[in-house]
Amino acid sequence: MKIPYQYTVRNLWNRKLTTALTVSGMALVVFVFSAVLMLAYGLKKTLVNTGSPDNVLVLRRSSTSEVMSTIDRYQASVIATQPEIALDSDGLPLLAKELLVLITLNKRGTTKVANVTLRGVDDNSWELRPGVRLVVGRKFSKGANEIVVGKRIAERFEGCALGESIKFGKRRWLVVGIMDAGNTEFSSEVWGDVDQFMQAFRRPVYSGILFRLKKRSLFPGVKHRLENDPRLTVVAKTEIEYYKEQSELMERFIKILGMVLTSIFSLGAVIGAMITMYSNVANRIVEIGTLRALGFGRTSVLTAFLLEALLLGLAGGIIGLASSSFLQNITVSTTNWKSFSEVAFRFALTPRIALYAISFAAIMGIAGGALPSLRAARLSIVEALHTWE
Amino acid sequence: MSEPPSKENPKELKNDDDRALIIINDLHKSYRKGTQKVTVLTGVNLSITRAQYVAFIGPSGSGKTTLLNLIAGIDRPDRGKLVVDGIDITRLDDSKLSRWRARHVGFIFQFYNLIPVLTAFENVELPLLLTPLSRKQRKKHVTAALKVTGILDRAFYYPSQLSGGQQQRVAIARAIVTDPTIIVADEPTGDLDKDSAVQILDLLHHLNRELGKTIIMVTHDPRAARKARKVYVLDKGILRDQYENDIIW
Repeated sequence: MKIPYQYTVRNLWNRKLTTALTVSGMALVVFVFSAVLMLAYGLKKTLVNTGSPDNVLVLRRSSTSEVMSTIDRYQASVIATQPEIALDSDGLPLLAKELLVLITLNKRGTTKVANVTLRGVDDNSWELRPGVRLVVGRKFSKGANEIVVGKRIAERFEGCALGESIKFGKRRWLVVGIMDAGNTEFSSEVWGDVDQFMQAFRRPVYSGILFRLKKRSLFPGVKHRLENDPRLTVVAKTEIEYYKEQSELMERFIKILGMVLTSIFSLGAVIGAMITMYSNVANRIVEIGTLRALGFGRTSVLTAFLLEALLLGLAGGIIGLASSSFLQNITVSTTNWKSFSEVAFRFALTPRIALYAISFAAIMGIAGGALPSLRAARLSIVEALHTWE
Repeated sequence: MSEPPSKENPKELKNDDDRALIIINDLHKSYRKGTQKVTVLTGVNLSITRAQYVAFIGPSGSGKTTLLNLIAGIDRPDRGKLVVDGIDITRLDDSKLSRWRARHVGFIFQFYNLIPVLTAFENVELPLLLTPLSRKQRKKHVTAALKVTGILDRAFYYPSQLSGGQQQRVAIARAIVTDPTIIVADEPTGDLDKDSAVQILDLLHHLNRELGKTIIMVTHDPRAARKARKVYVLDKGILRDQYENDIIW
């Protein structure tokens, strides 16, 4: 039979200040731990959600991102003839030849500049990305110096609001629409007519070709054909796969950095819990002796103290996680290291991250309580009761 | 009082009779203090019958508490035999000894040793958690024990809300709630004022006389010793003397 749980809970409650300080330390670590995971997941979610599972992106072989890729007009026309490409309502291939260029723009309210992705698109680009919605204004006209900017760019960069204009490629471009692509990288892009962009930047080549498959199952076949066609030097990826690769490097970096920080912090929290638990044991030596004398075994005492440490950890875990959940309201931006463009994203909390955070807190509690609990369990009854003569 | 036996040859003290509940043969105990070995008990022999009320008296360091601890199974002798109700408890391993204590021993401590975060009711219920009794049965037993010790009206008070005498009554309720084979009491009146001490001694007396509980007590208090039926005198770890009190039972 176990020592009643009231004993554990009331002991923690009775030592409110010590308990609160220890729980605060643990909560801080769990906050950092879950914030890092939420940050990494938020970035990944933003980039991965950017892709559509039916779309295939064709880039120059060995290119790790659209920015590095070049596909000339001849290769683009060969790609457009693939029979696996879905057709639009006019019976034409649902395919977009796009150009990606990075420019720098001033951030609103600061003197800082940041890279922004310009995407030269054609008519099919909108249909290939149904998640991109025009929220204000209109689409740009073909042949005109007009652009549509992502919502996050409009909010964060000078000259990007509706009706304003920005200068790049030796031309001034009028913002005629604002688009919202939700939690995806397109919300951080500027779109315009691909032919106008090619002229403005004197680029005779596309960056990538995007097309929709008739069926997802056709992907291995078209990939094989494109990558083995002697006329082409390209690689084909599903759009999802491409954006997942884009997020990996950043995600890994954030996780590693976060885990190093969390490990250092958690060491402090574990030591804090250990000091608290050692003090709890020291203050209750006579109680422990009494419980043992009454017939409670060493395991019962060990369990009671471990439970106490576990509760400290769990309380810290819940508070830390609850605090970090507020981060979901914050949008942060960073440079995507693969595309070198600004990407804005939100912290994202998932049940899995919550589970990890709570488990981590529980482990910290147990780790901090293990040695003091063992000490409590190993106490000699006579020494604990101070009754030798 | 009966005639005390020879003080020159204490080992010749004879066991009471075949009805003995506790039989102690040639019990030795020593402790290590740094590099030194301190002998606390040397060749103690005695026996205690069922429903007996025994007091161990003697100066500080005489070994009386150590003897009580050994009988209660919270300490182990270096050598010797200690049989309680037919079980040689020196042969029990740690977990068996814990179970044995839970079943056979009720403890009364000088400083009550109640768990401060538990109510009087919960403190008395503690030893019953080690039995297979249901919650309802436990409640019945706890209520009965608190009633016997006259503290039922304070059942849901915390120890800090009770006086010393009341706390000791709760501790006695805890000691008797499992109906143990023996009740061991270490200086049960040592921390009490005169009136409370008298009440506690009367209560122990009542438990022994009316309910037939076997009580083994260590005390410095001559009033407490006078309440016992039989008194053993220890000195420097040796059982020097024993006598029976002339009490009108």
